[in-house]
Amino acid sequence: MTKTSNVEELRAICRQIRRDIITMITAAKSGHPGGSLSAVEIVTTLFFDVMKHDPANPKWVDRDRFILSKGHACPVLYSAFAELGYTPKDQLNTLRKLGSIYQGHPDVRFIPALEASTGSLGQGLSLGIGMALAAKLNGSPSRTFVVLGDGEVQEGQIWEAAMLAPFHKVDNLVCIVDYNKIQLDGFVRDILDISPLAEKWRAFGWHAIELDGHDIPALQSAFAEAAEVKGKPTVLIANTIKGKGVSFMENNPKFHGVAPTEKEMALALQEIG
Amino acid sequence: MAAKTKYELKLGLATREAFGKALVELGRQNKDVVVCDADLSKSTYTAGFAKEFPERFIECGIAEMNMVGIGSGLASGGKIPFVSSFSCFVINKGFEQLRVTAAFPNVNLKVVGTHSGISIGEDGPSQMSIEDLGLACSLPGFTVLCPADEVSMTALIHASAAHFGPVFVRAGRAKAADIYSPGQEFTIGKGIQLVEGSDVTLIATGLLVAEAIRAAETLDGEGISARVVDLHTIKPLDRDIIARAAAETGAIVVCEEHLLDAGLGVRVAQVVSETKPCVMEFVGIRNTYAESASPDELLDKYGLRAKDVAEAARKALARK
Repeated sequence: MTKTSNVEELRAICRQIRRDIITMITAAKSGHPGGSLSAVEIVTTLFFDVMKHDPANPKWVDRDRFILSKGHACPVLYSAFAELGYTPKDQLNTLRKLGSIYQGHPDVRFIPALEASTGSLGQGLSLGIGMALAAKLNGSPSRTFVVLGDGEVQEGQIWEAAMLAPFHKVDNLVCIVDYNKIQLDGFVRDILDISPLAEKWRAFGWHAIELDGHDIPALQSAFAEAAEVKGKPTVLIANTIKGKGVSFMENNPKFHGVAPTEKEMALALQEIG
Repeated sequence: MAAKTKYELKLGLATREAFGKALVELGRQNKDVVVCDADLSKSTYTAGFAKEFPERFIECGIAEMNMVGIGSGLASGGKIPFVSSFSCFVINKGFEQLRVTAAFPNVNLKVVGTHSGISIGEDGPSQMSIEDLGLACSLPGFTVLCPADEVSMTALIHASAAHFGPVFVRAGRAKAADIYSPGQEFTIGKGIQLVEGSDVTLIATGLLVAEAIRAAETLDGEGISARVVDLHTIKPLDRDIIARAAAETGAIVVCEEHLLDAGLGVRVAQVVSETKPCVMEFVGIRNTYAESASPDELLDKYGLRAKDVAEAARKALARK
């Protein structure tokens, strides 16, 4: 698939990525569908429109960097990689199996085009700061994008990183919080409430934009706004729906970390269309 | 009466200070060298680098987890980052980050932990890193270095920068006896035989190398020929020099300013048992935290002196 700014084309890509996610997690019989589906528009808008990168030259030094700090949502990233030609599409259904490049969490040893091995929550923003600072030192226009889970911001390291990035004026860094309101044990507000989220990031010195994380034009304009903000990093508080696109998974904590059955897969694929 | 070796063992720079000096030199030679510190730059001696290369120095504040992650990100971005703090803070607080963002993806991160061991002294046990070598060695792919003096620290900091992959370097607060002459060559993974001997081998690292040399002098006065080997590289171990010592002297004493449960001693014992099993004794910290006192008082009390090394050698010889 090629890159595009056309919203209808991006929506079609999102549908394909949702189909891939459902199919590969069903084949794996384990994985995290809810948080993969909530991040589809974020990942698609970045990889198919906003970010500068080249699947034919994955190590291009001036490429934009992407870190999926919420590594358990890797099916969304694997699908995007496969659709873009970074990795083989016909192996997506080997997810989580012995010898597969599609490991249970992103692993650069198996997919060198990944920027980071993630899975232990809380670490991606610090890595992103390092990559963004390296770009500045190298005089490179490269920008860095980090996607965090909402439950993930309960990790203390996130706030160490949140404090440092504005202080060091890391304005080539964009953080996106996939605020789908559900974590493993239940609703975020019941486990350890993180609201008010935008206010927290603003208090730490970030340029914060709240938006609907499934609204592609809103994501496009937020990323364009972030590119213009100088002297501070930008955070997108992306309000999303866990399990987005599959009615029986939407807002259902069960599908944080449970694979669909074959029957559920058929229903889900029918809904996604 | 103790015989003299060729070593004068005059007190020189602390290895942390040697690290700081080497870092400035490295910064002049290589513009990709970047340094991160966590509000301890005057103590770790990264302040010299910060002064000369402010644009390449990233003050992370008192936030070691974030510092290690930033270091790994800088490495992924093509830089050669040295992240530094007290050893106990960077290795313990940053361990999960060293594991997931440095070791697991094999990132080119350099970690320098200063104020290691009990010789930090008066600050007491919360600041004493007595488990850092074990923790660093438990990270697959990490190279782990423990230089004994200024010359070895300088050479090994340069070697760390030239080596691709994660490296942990242990440095101390206390002034260290000068052992090597400038110009001595160091290779990561190659131990150095400092004193020839045939009855027993004293294998030491860091501050204990000088104590082992003194112990060899004492033993020589008793007619015991003790070989002294500096293992400045804890991982990967120099298997050849260990196997040779086991085969040729039949007794080994391993000496370290570290917990015996997880340091150099157990690693050397593994190699000895896999190659040429022989009698072994261990000088180190035994299943305890230390306390506040002067470095000298602590080294005496916790049994990390030349007399303790000599005693362990006699014990080994009696069991031979």
